[in-house]
Amino acid sequence: MKIAVCLKRVPDTDMRFAVAADGKSLDLSGLKFDMSDFDGYAVEVALRLNEQQGPGEVTVVGLGPDAVQETLRKALSMGADRGVHLAAAEVPFDGLAIAQALAAELAGQGYDLILFGRVATDTGNGMVGPMTAELLQLPCVTAISHLDIKDGRGTAHRELEGARETVSFPLPAVLTIDEGIARPRLPSLKGIMAAKKKPVESRPAALGPIRLTVDKLELPPERAGGRIVGEGPDAVPELVRLLREEAKVI
Amino acid sequence: MADTFAFVEARGGAIRKVAFEAITAARRVADASGGGEVHALAIGAPGLRAEMEQLGRFGADRVTVVEHAGLERYSPEVFAATAVAAIKAGGYRAAFFAASALGRDLTPRVAAGLGVGMASDVTAVDLSGDALLLKHPVYTGKAIATLRLVGSPAVVSLRPGAMAASEAPRAVRIETAVPALDPGAAHVVVTATEVSAAAKLDLGEAPVIVSGGRGLRAAENFKLVEDLADAFGNAAVGATRAVTDDGWRPSADQIGQTGRLVSPTLYVAVGISGAVQHLAGMRTSKVIVAINRDKDAPIFKLADYGIVGDLFEIVPRLTDAIRKIRAEG
Ligand SMILES: Cc1cc2nc3c(=O)[nH]c(=O)nc-3n(C[C@H](O)[C@H](O)[C@H](O)COP(=O)(O)OP(=O)(O)OC[C@H]3O[C@@H](n4cnc5c(N)ncnc54)[C@H](O)[C@@H]3O)c2cc1C
Ligand SMILES: Nc1ncnc2c1ncn2[C@@H]1O[C@H](COP(=O)(O)O)[C@@H](O)[C@H]1O
Repeated sequence: MKIAVCLKRVPDTDMRFAVAADGKSLDLSGLKFDMSDFDGYAVEVALRLNEQQGPGEVTVVGLGPDAVQETLRKALSMGADRGVHLAAAEVPFDGLAIAQALAAELAGQGYDLILFGRVATDTGNGMVGPMTAELLQLPCVTAISHLDIKDGRGTAHRELEGARETVSFPLPAVLTIDEGIARPRLPSLKGIMAAKKKPVESRPAALGPIRLTVDKLELPPERAGGRIVGEGPDAVPELVRLLREEAKVI
Repeated sequence: MADTFAFVEARGGAIRKVAFEAITAARRVADASGGGEVHALAIGAPGLRAEMEQLGRFGADRVTVVEHAGLERYSPEVFAATAVAAIKAGGYRAAFFAASALGRDLTPRVAAGLGVGMASDVTAVDLSGDALLLKHPVYTGKAIATLRLVGSPAVVSLRPGAMAASEAPRAVRIETAVPALDPGAAHVVVTATEVSAAAKLDLGEAPVIVSGGRGLRAAENFKLVEDLADAFGNAAVGATRAVTDDGWRPSADQIGQTGRLVSPTLYVAVGISGAVQHLAGMRTSKVIVAINRDKDAPIFKLADYGIVGDLFEIVPRLTDAIRKIRAEG
C-alpha cells in the first residue's frame, strides 16, 4: 500500500518547561525535540501494514523549519521510504492552516492511507488529521486503537467514554492513531545508515490563513504537595478527617 | 447582538452532561455579545425529541432535533454535514461542542467543513472585542495557553467538566429537521458499540477518580480499587500505562501523557510511582491522595495527602471508612 504519515516535531515533554520573555512561547533553551508520541505509533502502523500485506511505500511528511528533517530522518531510520519536508519558518498553532498545507501536498498522490497522530503533544489540538480528511473529502476514523485492512476496506476500534466503537470504512482513508495499537520500534543501526541515503524533498508549505494564535502562555500553579499524613492503615482516620474538614472533598 | 450555537451530545437516547456545558458556554457568549439567542442541534434515533425540554433550563432558545432510524449510532459524515448546514444557515458568532470522544471526532470536521478557525479542549471562554479568548492546556498539561480565535463562527470544543453547566431558564422552541446527508449513503459506518462492563462513570466526568498502578500486582487485585471507587459512589477507575500494557485494565482507562487527561476534584493514586508521563494526565486534579509503600516515590511530591505503607492493608481500611461516612450521610 502507498501510505503517508504526517509527523510533527515537538519538544520532549519530560523536560522542565519555562515561558520565554515574550510571555507567549516556550523558552527553547535546553529543550530536546522528537517526533510527537502518537506519530511514532502511526509510523509503526504504516510499517507493519506493508510488512504484512506485501511491499508498498511509506512517505513521511513534516511541516516546519529545517530541523523537521531530523524528525523525518528518524522515521526513515525506522523503515519509512521517503520524506517530504514542507518548509515554514514557524509552525502556526492554527490546525486548519496546517491542514490546508498538508492537504495541498497529499491531494491526488494516490495514497491508500494517510495517517496522523491522535493529538500532538505540544498543541493538544487533535484537529489536523480530521481537518485534512475533510479538506481532501476522504473517509476518516479518529483515535483508533486497533486496525484491520482487508480487500480495500478497513475495520478500526475507537475507545469512547466507557465503550468501544467498531468502525468500518473504505480505502483510501485518513486515520488518526491512538496509543496501544503498535509500540513504535527503535531505529536499528542498519536503519540509521540506510536512512542517510533515502530521499527527503523540501518545498515551501502552502499554509492557510491563520485565525488561531497564542496570546499568553503560563505554567500551572505549583502544587504544595508533599504532606505525609502517616504510615500504614492507622493513618486512614486522619486522612479521612483531612479530606472532610480541610480539603472538603468528601 | 449575536446568536450562538451548541451541539447536544446524546448517547443511548439520553442527553449527556457535556451538552448542558456547551449550552452554558453558548448562553454566556450570546449574552456577552448583547443578548442573542442560543440555538441547539441534537442528532439521533427517533425518541430523542422527548428529551429536549430540559435544554431550556440551561439557556437554549431553540432546539433543532434531527431524528432518523439510521442514526442509532454516531455517523461522522451525517453528523458533520448536518452540523455544518445548521451552522451555515444560522450565521452564528460561535459554535460550541464537547471535547468528548464524539466531539473530538466531530468538531474538527465541522470547522474544516465551514472553513473557519477552531480551538479544542477549552477550559475557559471569554469574549474580547472581535475575538474569543480561550484557555487550553498545552504540552500535555505542563502549560496553559490563552488562545485568540478570530472570525465567525468561532468553533470551540469544551473540555468535559471544566466549565460547570449553570441554569438560565428560557422557554425553548423545539423544531425538527432532516439529516443533511442520507445515513444510508455514509462511507464510514459504526458497526458496533460495546459498553464496557466496568465503566460506570466516565473518567472525564467523574468528580472522584481512584487509580491503580503496578503496585496492585495482578489484575484481580483491582477489585480493591473498584471497591474504593464504589464506596465513594461518584468515582471512576483509572490506571497507569504499566497496568494497561499488562492488560490488567483496558487501554481506555490509562491516565497520562499518552492516555486521558483528567482533572477530578479528588484523585486517589494507589500503588503508583508517579512517573512524569502519568503526572501529565492528572496533575491538575484539585486534591491528590497517594498510597505507596515507598516513601521516596515521586507521587508523594505532588500529593496533597500521602500514606506510606502497604496498599493491601490501607485501601480496605479506607474503603470501610468512606462507606461509613456515606452511610451516615
Ligand atoms: C512515551 C511514554 C509515554 C508514557 N505515557 C504514559 C501514560 O500516559 N500514563 C502512564 O501512567 N504512564 C505512561 N508512561 C509510563 C511511565 O513512564 C511509567 O512507566 C508508568 O506510569 C509506571 O506505572 P506504575 O506507577 O503503575 O508502575 P511503577 O513505576 O512500577 O510503580 C509501582 C509503585 O507501586 C508501589 N508499590 C508496590 N507494591 C506496593 C504495595 N504493596 N503497597 C503500596 N505501594 C506499592 C511501588 O513502590 C511503586 O512506586 C509512558 C512512558 C513513555 C516512555
Ligand atoms: N507541522 C506538522 N507537520 C506534520 N504533521 C503535523 C503537523 N502538525 C500536526 N501534524 C499531524 O497532525 C496530528 C495532530 O496534530 P494537532 O492537531 O496539532 O494535535 C499530529 O500528530 C501529526 O500527525
